[in-house]
This record gives sequence, structure tokens and C-alpha cells, in this order.
Amino acid sequence: MAIVGPSGSGKTTLLGLLAGLDTPTRGAVLLDNADLTAMTEDQRAQLRGEKVGFVFQSFQLIPTLTAIENVQVPLELRGESGASARARQLLERVGLGDRLDHFPSQLSGGEQQRVAIARAFVNQPRILFADEPTGNLDGTTGARIVALLEELNRESGSTVVLVTHDLSLAERAQRVIRLADGAVVEDRATEQAQANGATPADEAGDVLGAPGAR
Amino acid sequence: MNTPGSSPRRPFASLVSLAWRESRSTRRRLLLYMSSISLGVAALVAIDSFAANINRSVRAQSRALVGGDVSFSARQGWTKESDALFDSLAKAGVAMARQTSFASMATAVVPGTPLPAPPGDSTAAMPASPTLSAVTAPNADSLSPVRNAGGLTRLAQIRAVTERYPLYGEVLTEPAGRWTLLQQRPVAIVDPALLIALDVSVGDTIALGYARFEVAASLVSVPGDPGMAAAIGPRLYIADKYVASTKLLSFGSRADNEAFARLSPGTDAAKWLSSIRPQLDSARVRARTVSESESSLTESIDQLANFLGIVGIVALLLGGVGVASGVNAWVARKIDIVAVLRCVGATSRQVLLIYATQAALMGLIGATLGAAIGVGIQLLLPGALHDVLPLDVQVQLEPVAIATGIGLGVWIALAFALRPLLALRRISPLQAIRRNVNPPRGKGIDWATWTVNILIVLTVVAISATRANAPRDVIGFSGGIAAVLVLLLLSAALLSRVARFSVRPSWPYVVRQGVANLYRPANQTRSVVLSLGFGAFLVTTLYLVQGNLLAQLRITEEASRGNLIFFDVQDDQSLGVDSIVKAAALPVLQRTPIVTMRIAAINGKSVAELAPPRSSDTLPPEGGANARQRRREEANPNEPRRPSGWALRREYRSTFRDTLFSAEKLAGGKWFGEIPALAGKPADEVSLETDIAEGLGVSLGDLITWDVQGVKVPTRVTSFREVNWARFEPNFYAVFQTKTLLAAPKTYVLLAASDDARATAQVQSAVVRRYPNVASIDLSLVRKTVGEISRRASLAIRFLALFALAMGVPVLFSAVAATRRERVREGVLLKTLGATRAQIGRILVSEYTVLGVLGSLTGLVLSFGGAWAIMTYVFDRPFTAATMQALAIAAAMTLLAVGIGMLSGRDVFKETAMAALRES
Repeated sequence: MAIVGPSGSGKTTLLGLLAGLDTPTRGAVLLDNADLTAMTEDQRAQLRGEKVGFVFQSFQLIPTLTAIENVQVPLELRGESGASARARQLLERVGLGDRLDHFPSQLSGGEQQRVAIARAFVNQPRILFADEPTGNLDGTTGARIVALLEELNRESGSTVVLVTHDLSLAERAQRVIRLADGAVVEDRATEQAQANGATPADEAGDVLGAPGAR
Repeated sequence: MNTPGSSPRRPFASLVSLAWRESRSTRRRLLLYMSSISLGVAALVAIDSFAANINRSVRAQSRALVGGDVSFSARQGWTKESDALFDSLAKAGVAMARQTSFASMATAVVPGTPLPAPPGDSTAAMPASPTLSAVTAPNADSLSPVRNAGGLTRLAQIRAVTERYPLYGEVLTEPAGRWTLLQQRPVAIVDPALLIALDVSVGDTIALGYARFEVAASLVSVPGDPGMAAAIGPRLYIADKYVASTKLLSFGSRADNEAFARLSPGTDAAKWLSSIRPQLDSARVRARTVSESESSLTESIDQLANFLGIVGIVALLLGGVGVASGVNAWVARKIDIVAVLRCVGATSRQVLLIYATQAALMGLIGATLGAAIGVGIQLLLPGALHDVLPLDVQVQLEPVAIATGIGLGVWIALAFALRPLLALRRISPLQAIRRNVNPPRGKGIDWATWTVNILIVLTVVAISATRANAPRDVIGFSGGIAAVLVLLLLSAALLSRVARFSVRPSWPYVVRQGVANLYRPANQTRSVVLSLGFGAFLVTTLYLVQGNLLAQLRITEEASRGNLIFFDVQDDQSLGVDSIVKAAALPVLQRTPIVTMRIAAINGKSVAELAPPRSSDTLPPEGGANARQRRREEANPNEPRRPSGWALRREYRSTFRDTLFSAEKLAGGKWFGEIPALAGKPADEVSLETDIAEGLGVSLGDLITWDVQGVKVPTRVTSFREVNWARFEPNFYAVFQTKTLLAAPKTYVLLAASDDARATAQVQSAVVRRYPNVASIDLSLVRKTVGEISRRASLAIRFLALFALAMGVPVLFSAVAATRRERVREGVLLKTLGATRAQIGRILVSEYTVLGVLGSLTGLVLSFGGAWAIMTYVFDRPFTAATMQALAIAAAMTLLAVGIGMLSGRDVFKETAMAALRES
């Protein structure tokens, strides 16, 4: 699913609300049947750790940690063992098996974003939010990142919510929501979705229970 | 989750390892902030370890220090009763030893001079039986063998000891094993310094009064005797039985009489002592057990350590302020990371835990570093203080002191770091996708912040409670620190307000911008003024206190004009000595008569009525402990003022004259002859020193009857004097009118001036040749020693000041770092808008100058109060403000602030505008 719209249309606000980073003044946000609005900040944090993944425009890797350590963080916050094996596996999957111990500053933008994607998938999230994942990358690198996201999406079966300016990128999602001035102005299934035989409501429908309510 | 191979494990351990990894690149920065506490920890560990070392050594060597299990003394010399008592004790199987110490001139006998026959009356047991009939010092040249000795002369400390001395430990001599010779024939064992001063060697002969002794050996070490003792005068040991033959101890001579007992192992010294208490009291002998001496010694060391420890604690607290502002800056850099951590599922507790762990780890490293420095200082101290300490300090690591230092350091680092760290809880995960989101302000009371605040206050109170000697000090210390902090915060707030209202558009832009920085959001006014002011307060207070103490030493050194003192000059020798000195063309500056006496009665009540004998009263007072005791007595107004037994029973060496000396100041009443005598009151007047008057509990107009060697002399107290005892001049508790004591038996102290060492030595030799009982001392030597001590003290003070200044640097760095990022970002923005480097530099300078001047001036003003309080309440001395030096310190602190500010701003110059824009 992709969220598109001009600057200031409310894309980031919507993303923040969906991921439980912020709380709405009105209405409710349900994530995997759990009401985010009824939760405390810490409960939401735990829910994020278990069910949500993030990919940011500016990568947001922790500069003081190596690639593999960055990927491990969500598992370690939950106190799980085997974090490093799983992280290594994922980094190899995104093609960075030889750069495990590099720090973010030693990686190119595309590599950093691949680490971020590995981190986002490490806890096998039910839903993954990507905020302009290609915004800081050149065209070729951006395309590769998108391809990687798609592959992992297929493999893991997670829902990917994509915020983007890039309309061609949005067309690769199964559902596109267009925002303007804080309101949903369009919500349609793409050709991609029709090709797969899915309907918009199948996957992300729960997320936006009442798109026009805002 | 069903991650492959995943199973729940200890979440805390993985958080700690995450914390350690995450700290990787900022570790050094955090450690820099945490190093603020290192010097405080170093001071504490050094002071506590050294005190523990000394106490341990005191306990290990106490018997040798005291001389036995029980020590006895008698101010007025041994009596028949005391001799009988000691004999009976010896018969009962108690090992007894005695030592009589006095000062006298020792003269080298030129080799070849025949040994004279011992004087005929050498058998008279002079020291044991002082009588009122003063021994007439022989004048006839034929009676003076010293006259023929012909060699060099030097004042020595004579120690006459009996056979079993020392009861504990061993006197080491060079050549070895000669100590036993002492009791076999008339030999002397002397400090090597005396051999050099007299230009004699082992085997040569020296003359002491009317007797001659062969030098059998030189001293290597004497148990319980500090090396410093030799600075006053080299030690010279002879056997007690030969003292009489020297004829040096006549009535009125100063001699210390001590006896020691060694009990059979397992005997309870206190019980044994109380069993013979009645005999002791009737023989007027004072006694104390080794554990009494031990505890009074360790107590004073502990008190000193506690006081010095407070300096360490204040240093630690200052470090805490540094930690707080440094961590504040560090937190600002962590906002992005924390937001991401929150996004990927970290709870606010986990975030806090991660960073508190980092702070604690770095605090531990900083404190351990400090402890290592402290141990280093501790290892150096015994070497530096070797000459002043009365014992061999066994240097060893003190785990308790080290653990306490590290523990306190980590605790303070953590407590002060927690304040800014708590802000991390409020960072919203939203900040990962959006900058400039203001974290929601907590509503109502933030309990966590208050808990940390209360924790910090409790820590300060608890620390001062364990260190201070009295509850009053706890309140004074905690309250003082609180007051300083509050005043600094107030002045910072005031500065912000003044800056806001005083900025004028007419000012040059750079100044306007710099001053405006003081009140704009995210300003650093509070943190810099607080840490700079506190630092300046501490440094200046330390400096002022030390300076005041040193000034007293310098007064001591400079005040007296004369340098050559002759004492124990008998009444009939005074004119003779006078003429010898004048014959050498040296001026005699003072001839001070001394009359020994005791108090018989005050206002008609006898001493026995006023103060029934109590064992604790008979002990001599010990410096600071006595002053403290006195204050404690003053502090309780409900208790009637009771004269102290010590003041009542002591022997007074008084003088008579009709003028005040320059070292004295009239503190009450009127000088002699200005108060008309009243009917029924004695006509003779006496002037008392204020402290002794307080000790005796007398007021102006009271009646004191003195026992002047058997003659009762009634006087009325007509004035009090304040006396500066620190001067090298004979000063007196009681000064009488000339007419009152002119006829009394007296000795003289003569003060002469001589700036030529050769002339001094010649006059000394001439006097001692003619009057062997007269001791003389060349103060220029003592002055040199005192000068050396005060030089060392100034060195120590400079070290302390440097130490305090060094302490201020990391703290100041931390304070400035707190807002460094804002400064840099803003500076770079200004640069993109066309500001030159010089303009940005001037903005920074004007901001830091105002901050520096305000912070250090506030600290300076407060430090005058602090130093005054310490001088008045701790040292009991007057306070003089050294304004110029204090201003110099303030100027240095201001420069330091500007320097650090510029240093932290160097990134502004370095960074390109592009980098800053990309970052934001």
C-alpha cells in the first residue's frame, strides 16, 4: 500500500498515527486488532517491537553501532537470544554479508538503507512502514531498494505501508491512497493488485478502517 | 516471536551489552564529563587512605610512641612520694623507665684538653628534689670546666634516661649496639646533626654544664621520636644518673619529667591504673594509658582527615555539577538515536536503563581513575611529610578508603547524571521521522525528577553528617552549599532578565547578538554561571583560607626583630650575660624577667575548692581539641561557667612590666594605674590573657591570690589582653606590675640582635663558657626552619589552588558543551548569511565574557563569606580578605571561560555551511 500526496498533505502525520508514534486527538487506530489509542506509550513501544518495522528516508541507523548490531537492536530490546545469527542471516539476505561489522558512516546510502530494511524485517513484523525509503537515494539505488522491499514483502507476508512522492513507485503497490490538505482524496487498487487478484481491503483495509473520518 | 533459535533470556544483560556497544563513539566524550569527579575522588582517596595508614601505624607503634603501657608525668618534677611510688611499682614487678628532657648548650671539648674531675657535689639528686632555695650558679672561673673546653657550642635537647629505657622498641645507633654503654659510663649518644654542628666525631668529648661525656655513638632512630624533633635542637642522650653532675637543672629550669611502665602481658592498663589512682593523686603524678594516648592521637588525625575530606567532597559535588551539565549536552546528541530506539520498540524504561548504565560505567571508570591518582598521592605523602610525622607510616593500600572513594564517585556521578537523563524518557518516537517535534511537557509533578532532587540533597546531607564533627557543622556545610547554589541560580536568573531589558539597538551587532544569547531559548546562562560560580567559589575559598593561615606563619617569621635568645638566665647572671653581649657590640633588645607561680585562690576560694581533682582535668589540653572543647562549653549557656582544672593547677611563668608589648592588645579593662584601688581590695594589679581568663572563669575586678614560691600575693584583675602567640617573643598569660614582683625570685630571658653568624656563635660560646646553665638559641636557624616549613606550605597551597583550578576545567567544559551544538548550528547559519569568522568570534567573546565575569564575581563574593566562616568557626582565627589575589583568580576564571567558549566554538569556524544545512 502506498500513501501519496504533496508536501504538507499529512502523509507523515498519518504514518505517525498508524505506527502508534503519535496519538490522534479523535478516533481510534487499530493495529492487528489492537487499539493503539487505548495503550500507554510503553505498551505501544512493545507492540512496535513485536509487530511493526520501520524504514526511514534518512535511514536512521544508530551511528555508534555496526551494521549487524543495528539489525540486532529490536531483538535485544526484547531480550531474545540468537539475535546475532538472525541478524547475520538477514544481512546476507540483503546482500551485505561481507559488511557486517561496518559502521553506518562506512556504508553508502544504498547499503545503509539495506541495513535499515534488514532491521525492519528482523522481528518478522506484521506491518512495515516505509517513509520515503528512496527519497535520499539516486534512481538506480532507489530501484534496487524497492526491489528488495518487494522481495522481502513477498517472502515474509508482511504488509508494507509506503509513503512516497514517487508516483511510479506508488503504482507498484496494490493500493494507493492519495492525501491532500489532511484528507484522503483517493483510495484505489492499482493494476498490480488486480494482476494479483487481491482487493484493496484485503490487506491494509483494517489499517484504514475509516479513511474519510479525518 | 518465533525467531529461529530464539528463547527468552535475561533482558537486563542484553540491555547492558547494548548499552556498552551503543556508547562506542561517544564513550570518550562521556568519560570526559565523568572525569569531572575524578579529582574529587582522588582527593578523598588520598586523604582517607593516608589517615588510615597513619592510624594503622599509630596502633601498631603506639607503645613505642607513648613509651610504655602507661606513661606518667609531673609538671613540677618528681617528688619523694612519686619516687617511692615508682620504687614500689618496680618491686611489684612492673618494668619502669624514666626520661628527663631539657634544653642546654653542648660544647665540643678540644682534643687534648684534660678531662676535669667531676664537681664535688655531683651526688646531689637535683632533678628529683627541687627546693625553693635556688641553686646559686657558680661564678668563679675555677669552677667552670666548660671554660676550658674551647670548642664550638650548640643548643641541644638533653634526654636523660634510666636503665630500662626504652621499654618498647629499640634505639638504633651507629656504630650499632652502643646504646647499653650509656648506663655503664658517662657517654652521650647524639643526633648526627650535633656531631656536625660541634665538629666532633664518635670518640670525642663534649661538655654539658659541669660534666664531660664521651660521644659513644650517633643516633639512627629512637622509637616514637619524630625526626622533626631534631629541627628544634639535636637530641643528646645521657644516663639519668649523670644529670646531677652537669649541675644544669636548677630551680626554675624547664624540664619535662616522664616515666613509663610496661605491664605484664594481658594486664588491663586502665584497671591497673585505677588501682593506684589514690597514690598517683597524692604524689601529683598524671598518668594515661596507651589506649588513651592512642585514641586522642587517632582522633585528632581523624578530625584533620575529616576536614580535608570536606574539601574532597566539595570537589566531588562540583564534579557532580560538571557531570550534570556534560550529560545534558550528551543527551542532546542522543535524541535521534533514542527516537529510533523507541520506534523499534524500546520502552522509556529501557532507554533510561541503557543510558544510565552507560553513565554508571563511565562514572566507574572516572572514579577508578580518580582513585588511582589518589593512591599515587597517598604513596607520595609519607615521603613529603617524613620529617614532620612522629612515626614511620606504613604505606599500604586501604581498600575501605578506595572503595568509599569509588563508591561515592559513582553515586554522585550517577545521581547528577540522572537529572538530565530523565529527559530521555520524554523523547517521542515521532522525532525519528520529524525533526523539531517538541516532546510533550509532563503534566503535574514529575515524581522521578523530584526523587532524584531529593536523592541529591540527601546525599549531601549524609556525606556531611559522616564527615562533620558536630551537628552544627552538618547544618553549616549543607546549608552553606545550598545557599551558594541558590544565590548563583538567582544571579543567573537576574543576569538573563537584565540582559533582556538592557539590550539596545544602538549596540554593535555582535555585542547585541552575544548578550541576547544570554536570555534566548536554550541559553546556557544558568549552567555556566552555576558551574563557573561554584568553581570560582571553591577555588577562591580554598585560596583565601590557605592564604590566611600562611599569613599567620609569615607574621611569626617576620615580627621579632631579635634573633638571639638567652634563657634560664639566673637573677645574678643577668647583668653578666648582658655585659658579654654588649661587649660583642650586639644590642640587647629585651630583658624579660620570669617568675614561676601557681594560683592559690580566686576570690577567696582555694583551688581545691574550685576544682576537686578529676583525672581528666589533670591532662594537659591538646591544641585544637581544647579549643573545640571550649566552644562546646560556650555553646551550652545553661551550664554555669566552671574554671578548668588545668588552668587552675598549672604552673604560671609570669612577668612584670608596666607597658604593653606590640604583640598584645588590650581587650578589656584598663592598663595598670588607670583604675583606682578600692578599699578592701588589694592594690596590686594583674593583666590576664583573654583565653586563660576564660579558662579560669574570672572577670574584671576579680581577686586572684598567687602562690609565688611560697609567698601569697593577692592581686585584682584589672585588664584582659589579646596576645598573638605566633610571634617568637616571650608572651605571658599573666603580667604583673613591676612593684609587685620585683623582689620575687626570678630568671631572665634576654633577647639580642645579631645578623652575623660568626658573632652570634662567639657570643653564644662566651656566655655558655661563663654560665653553663644558660641556654641560648639562634632564632635565625629556627627562622630558616620555619621559612622552610612555610615555603613547603605555600607550595602545598599552590598545589591545592592548581588542583582546584584543574577541577574547574572539566566542569566548565561540560557546562559549555551543554549548548555547544546550538552555538555551532547557529554560528554556521550566520556564516551562510554572510557573517565573517571575526564577527562570530566577537559574538562568542561578548557572550562568554559576560558569563565569565558574572559567574566568577558571584563566586568571589560568596567565597569571602565561605572563607570567613571557615576561619572563624573551624580555625578560630581572624579573617583578612586578600581582595587583589581573589580578583586575580576571578580574572583567570573569566579568561578560562572565554577560552573554553572559543575552543568549543572552533567547529563553527571549521564547518562549512553546507554540512550544517544538510544535518538539519
